[in-house]
Amino acid sequence: MSTTKASRIGEELWKTRVDKINAELVTLTYGTIVAQLCQDYDSDYNEVNKQLDKMGYNIGMRLIEDFLAKSNVGRCANFRETADMIAKVGFKIFLNISPTVTNWTSDNNQFSLIFEENPLADFVELPDDGRAQDELWFSNIFCGVLRGALEMVQMQIEAHFVSDVLRGDDTTEMRVSLVRYIEDEMPPEEE
Amino acid sequence: MSQHPRHSAMLSISTSNSNLANAGADKQQPSQNVSTPTQSSSPGLRVPSNRKTIYDRHLNRSRTAELSRASFAFLFSEMVTYAQRRVTGIQDLEKRLNEQGYPLGLRLLDLLFYRTMSSSTSSSLSSSSTSSSPPNRPLRILPLLHLIHGPLWRLLFQRSADALEHSVSPETPNEYMITDNDPLVNTYISVPREMSMLNCAAFVAGIIEGVCDGCGFEAKVSAHNQPTEMWPGRTVFLLRFGDSVMEREKVLERAGVR
Repeated sequence: MSTTKASRIGEELWKTRVDKINAELVTLTYGTIVAQLCQDYDSDYNEVNKQLDKMGYNIGMRLIEDFLAKSNVGRCANFRETADMIAKVGFKIFLNISPTVTNWTSDNNQFSLIFEENPLADFVELPDDGRAQDELWFSNIFCGVLRGALEMVQMQIEAHFVSDVLRGDDTTEMRVSLVRYIEDEMPPEEE
Repeated sequence: MSQHPRHSAMLSISTSNSNLANAGADKQQPSQNVSTPTQSSSPGLRVPSNRKTIYDRHLNRSRTAELSRASFAFLFSEMVTYAQRRVTGIQDLEKRLNEQGYPLGLRLLDLLFYRTMSSSTSSSLSSSSTSSSPPNRPLRILPLLHLIHGPLWRLLFQRSADALEHSVSPETPNEYMITDNDPLVNTYISVPREMSMLNCAAFVAGIIEGVCDGCGFEAKVSAHNQPTEMWPGRTVFLLRFGDSVMEREKVLERAGVR
């Protein structure tokens, strides 16, 4: 399936099958979650990153079902197709954005998602404490969501941010690597 | 003051979460030098070379933006689950959800004022009668309640709340109730039987409390289940204003302030 076709599917689904809500409510709700974590973990940002990833993982495991039910798409033929499906359909129907898929490695097992827009980070400025901009990945929940969702469709992946405009970088980029396709196993327990 | 720890909490996260107030102020003054506001307000933060910061984006950019309801539901359920791990009981859980909503209220208040102000300025340009536009900051309880029942609810949930009532009991003239027949935040929440008292709209109660406090109306707000046959999820938000507010209300009434 081509990238343009995936984009078209995403657009169509967003228009016809998605219940909408005011974006600012979502943005601020996410903001208050991150702020609460920073408070609870005493601004230990590495721990906050971990917690966000965990929350994302829990979400991802459930979100995949909603994704499959709404999109009604079949199995992806390869990891490149999976990447397009994530960027053009997944992100589109949940957050109305389509990050760019790029920087593939030659073995087609690693790519980057570049976020031009990031609704979670609207209105956000990181704490000016000399550490947050070096340690906190504000949107780290995305990494967990991808990890959880793909695990449910038998792909073990690793995802992490490599840059974020909130940190003063020029782009917001997430690196996604395929670790392996999971053969028939018992599903792992919820974290 | 009992409000003290709260305010310090709010200050500590105001930097990490959002800075609507500052951004709003920056937008309202025509600035001569575009780079000044950011530099002066955040000397230590690095900014992208393409200047994609909150100060360079229009505050109304996301005014009509939409996201999927599912994304909210997923985040909210994680918030509740996370809060649940750190509390001892239902009341404690509701208190925590309330505290998470509170800073949102403060911020949304700024956003509401900023937007009603810019829209009333533009309408006054065309209609010339400026006196008809209501004051932006409510001074009395009733206009505040209308602000919550109408504009705030519409901003959050795309519709007004369903009812606004004053306590009929002479002992509690400081109590008001705002009803939502079917709170959006509870759409995908199913409460276990043994926790039937729990109402996760405590989060919204916190938002309301933030709006009241931000306006200078000290209040405690709580969410209560009041199901009817037609509306099983009907929720009543009980607003209890503090004594200072009620005293001021009397003074203002005598002075003829509306």
